[in-house]
Amino acid sequence: MNTAVPAQTQAADRREYALRLGDNALILGQRLSEWCGHGPFLEEDIALTNLSLDLIGQAQLLLDLAASQVPDDPFSDADKLAYLRDAHQFRNALLVEQPNGDFAHTILRQYLMDVHDEKLYSALASSQWPALADIARKVLKEIRYHKQHSGDWLHRLGQGTEESHARLQKALDDLWFYTPELFESDALNQRLQEAGVAPDMADIERQWRSEVEPAIQQAGLRLPESGWRATGGKKGHHSEHLGYILAEMQFLQRAYPGCEW
Amino acid sequence: MTTAQDTGTRQRPDAATVRRWLAVVTDPEIPVLSLEDLGVLRDIHWQDDTLMVVISPTYTGCPAMDRMRADIEATLRAKGVEKLHIREQLQPPWTTDWITGKGLAALQAYGIAPPRRSGEVRCPQCGSANTTLISRFGSTACKAMHKCEDCLEPFDHFKCH
Repeated sequence: MNTAVPAQTQAADRREYALRLGDNALILGQRLSEWCGHGPFLEEDIALTNLSLDLIGQAQLLLDLAASQVPDDPFSDADKLAYLRDAHQFRNALLVEQPNGDFAHTILRQYLMDVHDEKLYSALASSQWPALADIARKVLKEIRYHKQHSGDWLHRLGQGTEESHARLQKALDDLWFYTPELFESDALNQRLQEAGVAPDMADIERQWRSEVEPAIQQAGLRLPESGWRATGGKKGHHSEHLGYILAEMQFLQRAYPGCEW
Repeated sequence: MTTAQDTGTRQRPDAATVRRWLAVVTDPEIPVLSLEDLGVLRDIHWQDDTLMVVISPTYTGCPAMDRMRADIEATLRAKGVEKLHIREQLQPPWTTDWITGKGLAALQAYGIAPPRRSGEVRCPQCGSANTTLISRFGSTACKAMHKCEDCLEPFDHFKCH
């Protein structure tokens, strides 16, 4: 790993930012893994678990990066961060911890995240933080491939049968108000933006909207209008769903600390 | 003095020798492909008394990478290398363009359609280019599933990446 760090950034800020990115990948990857053996058909079962595997690999890089910022961090590597933190210490967006629902919910959530990740990591590829830029350029290739898959399904389900269309519209109505949180910018984002480490999230949101909104319309769906928006993940305020995810994901390390096999 | 130098030389095989030793380390999922043919083995050099082996991970979540690291270590330990460091390098990102000509031919012979820069996917059984994608994802992170419309055989394609 390239250990050079941008001047005028604090280790704690870098740790926090890498956690946000890594936790999004980890929790979404863990959610997708729940489809293993339950996919709507064999090929899609394999596809969802492949997406999961890539995301967990990305999480490992990002969480190892987070763990290496602050000297004597008690969470000294990706595994400790994944298996030993409690829900309030996770920094993922609420969207990724939402239950899988039906296939339409899962694939819509995936599409919304894939486009977000593509825009964000494209910007991070030129981050002033070399280790993060290296990871961004690496994971971007995987994310683009994921987006082809989720984007295809968006169109097929939207323009498919009455049933698939209705389910996808329901998914959009349920999940749309979790998306503004992805683009929220707080003091940390501002500091890292000034240091050239992280992009302007308003710009990422514009890019995201200009791709997602026409795609949703082309899929024959209607954008929800209500104004509520979910928020809190970056501060560690999660929905009740995260606790259940952690209970399953962390069970072994909690019951048998340090267990390896 | 002479003896000490001799010992030193014996302990330090050059990069070409190490590369030759590592030719036996293959992708555990695709055993016809050596690490070198896969384009994963990027550099071998000595840093003081430590042998540095630099590898590029293929897919970030590919479990075969752990196995490849373990196999590199076991192979070099068996050859008497004591101080060894295997480093993962992300930049530039691994690409299927790094698979050697020998590697591409080995994939084809093994029944996996190799990645082609043109994007064309040819049936590894009959050579027809009249093929259809069945699924973008397959049994490993690096493969997709296709079907030949001429000989009707299903087959794996090593995805362009």
